[in-house]
Amino acid sequence: MYPEYLAESLKAVERTRAERLKLALSGQPVFPPMNAEQRKDVLGKYHPDFTPGAKRRVRIGPNRGEELTTEVADMLEARSMIEPKLMDIHLREPDYETDLLIIGGGGAGCWAAITAARNGVKSMIATKLRMGDANTMMSEGGMQAAVSRTDSPTRHYLDAIGGGHFENDPELVRVLTEDAPDVVRDLENLGVVWDKMDDGSMQVLHGGGTSRKRMVSCRDLIGATIMRTLMDEVKNHPDMINVREFEPAVELILDDKGHCAGAVLYSLDTEQFLTVKAKSTIIATGGFGRLHIRGFATTNHYGATGDGLVMAYRAGAHLKFMDSVQYHPTGAVFPEQIAGFLITEKIRGAGGQPLNKHGELFVFPREPRDIESAAIIRECSPDRNMGVETYAGRTGVWLDSPLIDMIHGEGYTRHQFPGMCRQFDRFGIDIVKRPMLIYPSLHYQNGGVGINERCETNIPGLYVAGEASGGVHGRNRLMGNSVLDYNVFGRRAGQFASEYAKTAKLGKLSVAHVNAHCTEIDDEGIDTDLVSPLILPSYTPEDVKIQQMARLGNIPARHSMLRSRFTPGERKTHL
Amino acid sequence: METEIKPREEGGKRQRVRANMVNVFINGKRHVVPEHATIMRAIEYAGHQIIRGAGCREGFCGACGTIYRLPGDYKLHTGLACTTMVKDGMSLTQIPSVPMEKAVYDLEKLTPDVNTILKVYPVIFRCVACGTCSKACPQGLPVMDYIQAAMRGDIAAVADLSFDCVACGLCALRCPAEIIQHEVGVLCKRLAGRYLRKESKELDERLQQVREHRFDAEYAELMTMDKSVLSKLYYDRDIEP
Ligand SMILES: Cc1cc2nc3c(=O)[nH]c(=O)nc-3n(C[C@H](O)[C@H](O)[C@H](O)COP(=O)(O)OP(=O)(O)OC[C@H]3O[C@@H](n4cnc5c(N)ncnc54)[C@H](O)[C@@H]3O)c2cc1C
Ligand code: SF4
Ligand code: SF4
Ligand code: FES
Repeated sequence: MYPEYLAESLKAVERTRAERLKLALSGQPVFPPMNAEQRKDVLGKYHPDFTPGAKRRVRIGPNRGEELTTEVADMLEARSMIEPKLMDIHLREPDYETDLLIIGGGGAGCWAAITAARNGVKSMIATKLRMGDANTMMSEGGMQAAVSRTDSPTRHYLDAIGGGHFENDPELVRVLTEDAPDVVRDLENLGVVWDKMDDGSMQVLHGGGTSRKRMVSCRDLIGATIMRTLMDEVKNHPDMINVREFEPAVELILDDKGHCAGAVLYSLDTEQFLTVKAKSTIIATGGFGRLHIRGFATTNHYGATGDGLVMAYRAGAHLKFMDSVQYHPTGAVFPEQIAGFLITEKIRGAGGQPLNKHGELFVFPREPRDIESAAIIRECSPDRNMGVETYAGRTGVWLDSPLIDMIHGEGYTRHQFPGMCRQFDRFGIDIVKRPMLIYPSLHYQNGGVGINERCETNIPGLYVAGEASGGVHGRNRLMGNSVLDYNVFGRRAGQFASEYAKTAKLGKLSVAHVNAHCTEIDDEGIDTDLVSPLILPSYTPEDVKIQQMARLGNIPARHSMLRSRFTPGERKTHL
Repeated sequence: METEIKPREEGGKRQRVRANMVNVFINGKRHVVPEHATIMRAIEYAGHQIIRGAGCREGFCGACGTIYRLPGDYKLHTGLACTTMVKDGMSLTQIPSVPMEKAVYDLEKLTPDVNTILKVYPVIFRCVACGTCSKACPQGLPVMDYIQAAMRGDIAAVADLSFDCVACGLCALRCPAEIIQHEVGVLCKRLAGRYLRKESKELDERLQQVREHRFDAEYAELMTMDKSVLSKLYYDRDIEP
């Protein structure tokens, strides 16, 4: 239910609705789409990537001197969790030995383990939370795959590379699009229930930036459907795949030739640092939404803290496109309990309109993601001050969903958006009758660790797949291409890394690169008390946190991690 | 109880606004938290760092199963911590994990019928149709109905009815017959996807084309194309309505 203080603004929305419905039915754009100049202006002034302080030069490591997203640069320049001197014994006598170590039990990680097993190679998945507690579980919309007769993989290629402003790595886009049909079949054989037409052909829909209908789906729960299938398959091979939950990796281990040789894990249950010796290693740690870049709420899961970037960077891997962040235009702002929750783009596709506090249209509802987000931020900024404020200190605009039934007929919304409806029903808000309050939400890590089409990095024996990798999407990922990404590259990483493991010979294990990193921090005169990877964000109130910090020595399990907790900068809804 | 407080932002910042506070008992200990908090936020507001008991934080993953009681109510309630609001006097605890044994099987060796159910999860035939599982389900699923469908070997119905299951395991914890409902759901969904689907001829054709390297020439051309030509091709491409 909406509280009393929002009633006036809600009334304004209702007052203007009849007029706006007429507009929507007229066939004309309900608001003039921006021209190139206007787009440039709103992006430059209001998109979070371009606001002052959004980027800064990183002072150490392989990307030294490049402009990166500030919060990422902060993480890269932070201190390690481990004291290398104290690791010696465990490097000589590792706690675990495996052929293939997979860091991260999301979609990419599970796929890697399954393909390695198919290739006869044993693996170990070390993951932060439970297996499947991952962004993969949460995707709703769909996956792109050129499966219909009117479409082709090369068309998909053109759409993806155009969407990425022609900056994507062509080799990666080729395998992304050419492997896609086989991914659909492979998943189906593992038991994914796809949405199909009566004749058995795949049901396909449009997504932002597609020139052919190629979004395949599993109702509005594609993520959960694929993730649960992959997890179940992983658990069907206990002899081949060893799963360690609540044991996130915190540093990579190299050997004396500079090849990747495993990782140091940190048990969240017992606070032990555990070493894994592995002939090859895959980073599949996903994205970074929980860094709350620029203070934004996020759609991402609890463990999306960009750990893979930090570990790989310290070991010498090169990052790509880490200066751009994808904000989804429509994240929930109210109720506070689901702040950041993703409201699918399809709502606007079906006729939902963004409105300011007076119930007025201020932007064309279907501008590209970055433009739409920037326009909403502008509306809420002090320059316009047309946002709706909530008691929790957030600002947003309305997304008028009741129009959808008025346009498409009664019952349409409930039928097409069951997940959306359920989420709001829980809080007594019927989106068929009431609008939603929204604001852009931090959604996707466009860049990541640079890879080639075999998922290899510049460090021998180190592979990266999924959202943690960079290059596939350039600086702008299209809807449906990241679900495809973790499927395609998760499979590939498993295949190539397990092949490598068959012949790899490891030298002496070492974490000397961590020492080198510390020295570099000191040499550059960097003053930081941050410790990374972050592992989990902290939502403990500031005053409680300060009292927790007063501790000295004899740190009880579970709580000493608080030392390393990063308090994201103050929320800057008014940028 | 109305007090002046500064509720916590996700970003760690507190702001001065008025909010009603309520008493909740987390693992038996009283804490004062804002009434507009979910159970998950209340636990964090109280100063805990959740390690087991939070995953997606948005109602997809089932990591946050919680049991609670309310004052003057004998019932033991179940809910997801990330989407259930606190209430005054609520006494709650999170379930860190649900002990159970998932059956290990080879999907390729199974058939989509009651024989598979009998072989893989024979325990479900202990179901006494008490309906406790359906009452416990935070997703509001007809859990008993899908277990009954499984007993009949109606794999498609199980797949359909259990589609939105988040595998929180709360039904399994409450079931007097000790059934692990969500695992039966996963098995049946996989059987349905693997064996009960209609084949897509289009997909077969496309896979054949890829295997025959039918797109190699086009890819080679696109991948070596000058950026300005590629850009023109992109902006001029026709768009399916
Ligand atoms: C709400 C939402 C909706 C989305 N909808 C769509 C959509 O409709 N279509 C689309 O194409 N894309 C969508 N996406 C994007 C897509 O789901 C993700 O990009 C993709 O699933 C990433 O897969 P992944 O395997 O790389 O990472 P993840 O699935 O996030 O898996 C990473 C795993 O690694 C673990 N991990 C992290 N750090 C460590 C560490 N240090 N050690 C060990 N393990 C670690 C994590 O806990 C997690 O389990 C959506 C994303 C979100 C959040
Ligand atoms: S069916 Fe059981 S496991 Fe699935 S959501 Fe409902 S209670 Fe949770
Ligand atoms: S709780 Fe158990 S016994 Fe009761 S209906 Fe559900 S499955 Fe059957
Ligand atoms: S944390 Fe995922 S369902 Fe609650």
